[in-house]
Amino acid sequence: MKESKTLHISGAEAVIRCLLAEDANLIYGYPGGAIMPIYDELYKFQDQIQHVLTRHEQGATHAAQGFARTSGKVGVAMATSGPGATNLITGIADAQIDSTPLVCITGQVASHLLGSDAFQETDIIGISTPVTKWNYQITKASEIPEIMAKAFYIARSGRPGPVLIDITKDAQFELCDFSYKKCEGVRSYQPTPPLQLEQVQAAAEVINAAKQPMIVWGQGVILGEAEETFKNFVEKTGIPAVWTILGLSALPTKHPLNMGMVGMHGNYGPNLLTNECDVLIAVGMRFDDRVTGNLSTYAKQAKIVHLEIDPAEINKNVPADFPVLADCKASLEALLPLVKHEEYADWKAKFKVHMDTEIEAVINKDTQPTKEGLTMGEAIVAINKHSGSDAVIVTDVGQHQMVACRYAEFIRSKSNVTSGGLGTMGFALPAALGAKMGAPDRQVVAVIGDGGYQMTIQELGTIFQTKTAVKIVVLNNDYLGMVRQWQELFFDHRYASTEMTNPDFVTIAKGYYIEAQRVSKREDLDAAVAEMMACEGPYFLEVCVEKEDNVFPMIPTGASVSDIRLS
Amino acid sequence: MTDITRYTISIYSENNVGLLNRISAIFLKRHINIVSFSTSQSEIPNVFRFVIVVKVTEAQVKKLVQQIEKQIDVIRAYYHTDEETIYMESALYKVKSSYLFEERKIQNIIKDSHANIVTVSPEFFVIAKTGFRHETEKLREDLSPYGLMQFVRSGRISVTKAPMGISAIIENFNKKTKQ
Repeated sequence: MKESKTLHISGAEAVIRCLLAEDANLIYGYPGGAIMPIYDELYKFQDQIQHVLTRHEQGATHAAQGFARTSGKVGVAMATSGPGATNLITGIADAQIDSTPLVCITGQVASHLLGSDAFQETDIIGISTPVTKWNYQITKASEIPEIMAKAFYIARSGRPGPVLIDITKDAQFELCDFSYKKCEGVRSYQPTPPLQLEQVQAAAEVINAAKQPMIVWGQGVILGEAEETFKNFVEKTGIPAVWTILGLSALPTKHPLNMGMVGMHGNYGPNLLTNECDVLIAVGMRFDDRVTGNLSTYAKQAKIVHLEIDPAEINKNVPADFPVLADCKASLEALLPLVKHEEYADWKAKFKVHMDTEIEAVINKDTQPTKEGLTMGEAIVAINKHSGSDAVIVTDVGQHQMVACRYAEFIRSKSNVTSGGLGTMGFALPAALGAKMGAPDRQVVAVIGDGGYQMTIQELGTIFQTKTAVKIVVLNNDYLGMVRQWQELFFDHRYASTEMTNPDFVTIAKGYYIEAQRVSKREDLDAAVAEMMACEGPYFLEVCVEKEDNVFPMIPTGASVSDIRLS
Repeated sequence: MTDITRYTISIYSENNVGLLNRISAIFLKRHINIVSFSTSQSEIPNVFRFVIVVKVTEAQVKKLVQQIEKQIDVIRAYYHTDEETIYMESALYKVKSSYLFEERKIQNIIKDSHANIVTVSPEFFVIAKTGFRHETEKLREDLSPYGLMQFVRSGRISVTKAPMGISAIIENFNKKTKQ
């Protein structure tokens, strides 16, 4: 236990020294009255800590999320009290449901004003409680070192999540004795359940006895830094593996046992065969309803093995016949020597047959279209080509997201950044900024719809100011495409408030001094993507796509995974 | 698993501002009404105890307890059926003093109920009764015709027949952090 020497400093300076002690030297935020003492210290420490001024506090949280997702570190966002704090909430809720480690720091009115409806006072502890892993209000400077240490520990340990620390303005001014000790445990919190060998043994037996097993992996593999172990497990067992949207990129796209995506717009085979497998091995995933469809008809024939770090996920949606409660890296390592190899040739052939059907019915039309209008799929294919399938792909929410996740190719992990659980439109542009800062040596391509783009479009200003080389691709169909698709399929073509009259996006990007172009013809697409990828700085590319294309396959809400539709 | 039953949820936790809000939010999010709620010091110094009664299915109560236990400041949470616990509630009844002399029956009601008279003043007297719900309820019904000036019943308090093992968890943690 290393303890730094004691200093006598202000609470505000203590906050900065805590951030430095936690190796958080890049933070996103927006100043305001109740957090000015901390910003004053940021000014003094600007040679050690970079503060990125987003154009809206929501952007700060999404940028911090993007940073966390590509770097594996804790993202930090900062805002003032009142509206500054409430503007963080969407990003915090997103981080909570997608298990992203964040520490959010909000200023608060002075403690003697709490409860007086003071200027810019909100009960941000009350407001953030349901969407944080932990939160705490600091009213005394002396609390800062211990609480900040606890905040980082809780955010990153176990199943990660967002923590909000609210600091009253008087606590920021107050002097305190400061020495920093990293948090090593909280008595009421067990981040990682200890592995139980009998659970591992039982799981290994059922896996070894399986005739038609299937692995469904999620983000737990990435959060647990278990990619290598997971790959070994897949290869040793020979079991076909499929992914949830947040698990994407943990195993390379071209891996022979990577059979594709499950869920509402997942691949045909993985969804159909969910209801044919005899053992379903869930690894670091939580059986979201977008994955399972109707629970009463989900994998009822299968024995469920569930490798999971969070005890609250066991039996939450799908009863686990063989739970293995631990960090999935530890579980997989323990399972590895116990499992045997099989070819599962006939079983794998079924995936192939269904994939051929899907290629014929859907994929060829999406990725090699012959009709006049551009498709979203061919734009993604062009990005694959010019990035060597090695870009970080950041997506927003909607049709473009499903298409990008279906067709983007990956060769390494932490390459897919998307808003999965919350489905937050407006996520991608600020998240891409953070993703690029978290992985500065990598190409980062944001793929966004015209709707979501306009929800946080102001972050172009942040991208321009920080000269962050994000590639922005807007797939523009002048519609809120996914909602329009549902209106077409389930609301008899009544397009209520889904058509958008859009501005000139290229001119807007150029207004921010970002290089930009628009393509609407197939023959121009390849060169435009090539130019974008070759550009040193940020780049904006608008691809005008077919207005009323739909995303298939599709499992309608509430239907069984077996009822997946190809058209 | 699908029958709605009365369950007592017991929570051992740190005594932190905001935890009550965090726990009640778990019920709110699932649109579950809380039947009764009480908090107090537990048998362990600096460890707080919540006793919450809900009427839900066993599947629901299991998930509630999982979500409660997931909260950082919660040490441990459990659920029990009535049969697995010793439980009671307390009630206070405020009645006009004049009734005590005017209505002979009221004296018999108090005597039969084994309730205690807590205080008597020229204007009112207060009766306290501890017991099962039907016992405090019967006394309320019996006194109602005479005009209860005030009535209040506490949340359920309960202890379990089985041991809880919280001290062991805390000792374990203390040992680990000392290493």
